[in-house]
Amino acid sequence: MTDTATASAFPAPGKIALKLTPRPRAGRLKLVGADAARLVLPLALLGIWQGACSFGFISPRTLESPVAVVGALVELTLSGVLWESLVASFKRASAGFLVGGGLGLVLGIVAGLWRTGERAYDALLQMLRMVPFLAVIPLFVIWFGVDEEPKILLIALACIFPVYLNTFSGVRNVDPKIIEAATVFGMSRAAIAAEIVAPLALPSIMVGVRYAMGVALLSLVAAEQVNATSGIGYLALNPRASLRTDIILGVVLLYSVLGLAVDFLIRTAQSRLLPWHRSVLEKAR
Amino acid sequence: MNQAIRTPLLPAEAVNLQEEAVSLKGAAKGFGGRTLFEGLDLTIRRGEFVALLGASGSGKTTLLRILLGLDTLDAGEGEVATPRAAVFQEPRLVPSQPVWRNVLMGVPRRARQRRQALDALAEVGLAGHADAWPVTLSGGEAQRVALARALVLEPTLLLLDEPFAALDALTRLKMQDLVRRLCARHHPGTLLVTHDVDEAVRLADRVLVLRDRRLTLDATVGEARDGTTPAGARLRARLYAELGVDPLGLEAAGASGRAP
Ligand SMILES: Nc1ncnc2c1ncn2[C@@H]1O[C@H](COP(=O)(O)OP(=O)(O)O)[C@@H](O)[C@H]1O
Ligand SMILES: [Mg+2]
Repeated sequence: MTDTATASAFPAPGKIALKLTPRPRAGRLKLVGADAARLVLPLALLGIWQGACSFGFISPRTLESPVAVVGALVELTLSGVLWESLVASFKRASAGFLVGGGLGLVLGIVAGLWRTGERAYDALLQMLRMVPFLAVIPLFVIWFGVDEEPKILLIALACIFPVYLNTFSGVRNVDPKIIEAATVFGMSRAAIAAEIVAPLALPSIMVGVRYAMGVALLSLVAAEQVNATSGIGYLALNPRASLRTDIILGVVLLYSVLGLAVDFLIRTAQSRLLPWHRSVLEKAR
Repeated sequence: MNQAIRTPLLPAEAVNLQEEAVSLKGAAKGFGGRTLFEGLDLTIRRGEFVALLGASGSGKTTLLRILLGLDTLDAGEGEVATPRAAVFQEPRLVPSQPVWRNVLMGVPRRARQRRQALDALAEVGLAGHADAWPVTLSGGEAQRVALARALVLEPTLLLLDEPFAALDALTRLKMQDLVRRLCARHHPGTLLVTHDVDEAVRLADRVLVLRDRRLTLDATVGEARDGTTPAGARLRARLYAELGVDPLGLEAAGASGRAP
């Protein structure tokens, strides 16, 4: 009895066929297939959503169908509002990202290389992380007026932290043994920083940049509450749209597409800028 | 392309073998109240291959780090010849640079030429890997790149800290032969830190043992390199005894043999 009980706890002896290397099909097709796989789940969700609306499970007042949402986007496109909003928002987001991301990058590098820098402002920046950005909008309006400045500065403020944090940790996490070897081989501190630390911190910096790009897009919604007449954040929350779930959802959809675009941008940049990186080398194999 | 092994920049007759690559007098070092060594004298001449044996934690790496300028002496004085170069237990290559750029790490930026790297890589048998990324190398290959990086400087002093410890047995033997050949061609003063008696005797002209805070043994290898000769067996036995180990496990075997 005990024997059978013990035996059954283990898999029965048997045979397993070994795996063959999969033969590559036409290279182009395979690439497209791999990218297309990423779209399967979003498309399936869209299908379910449309089905639920078409068959009346969901009333249009609660949630418009994807077709209606696309319709709203088409309407906005034809009236020129969408393009105008995208351009206005892109200008703000990219200006804010460049200012905030640039600042985060410089501060991160300085704090990473010199302890004095870390001691001087790391705590301050850690506090910045917890700032509720909606709450500082009135302050920004008082300080910077109601034109573009407060909007751009709000986005910049939100972009500083992710770039700072990832740059700092990227610089600090460079293997000290490699730096020690470089010192032994007579490289100067400046050469080590430029030729070794900077490139090795780049993967981490890219993570920060990717995050900050997302943050820049998201903070548009808050920034464009300030006396804006255009922009995708304005589009989502302006009074005329507030009763149109199709427009709100259209903007949400737009956001996800922009998110995908940022993702694509970063992936492309990664394979260009980090040819030595494990992740890139493995993909190329 | 000409991949032939280059002639050394410094032919044997041009090297002053009396020149001291390392001279230490009364060297002492400790950490947090614990003395690793004191009153330590050591001279290594140009072209001489010295192995330093010692138990783990005896301070071998610390001594080597002092010679590399990565650590300081608590007492005593010393001088090392430059250029000096090192190979560590890990390859310590820069992953963001292709192999050939890693090889030129110690060459001043203005003097860097791909040609030099290719020659050095050919010497360690990696001519075909110049453009590879470090992460794609095996452990043995990466360690050979590290060796090329050291040799390209034509060092007067070469410091090796257990450079073969992480390699498989076969690769280790090949690497040891390579290092011996290269050192014979470039004649740096060489200090090899190791805890492997066979490795020390196989490579070195002189073997030192660091134990109880001082160099307790300083033996010339000479005829004793061949372990099958009586001299060879005697030197190994002495070294093992000095390190407090029983190489053949005779005591352990005897103990189990006596059991009923
Ligand atoms: N920077 C340091 N601070 C404190 N203790 C250290 C430091 N470096 C080495 N030690 C100690 O010194 C001893 C000798 O270390 P090490 O020279 O690496 O020995 P070995 O190379 O012979 O194994 C060890 O006990 C180690 O913990
Ligand atoms: Mg050690």
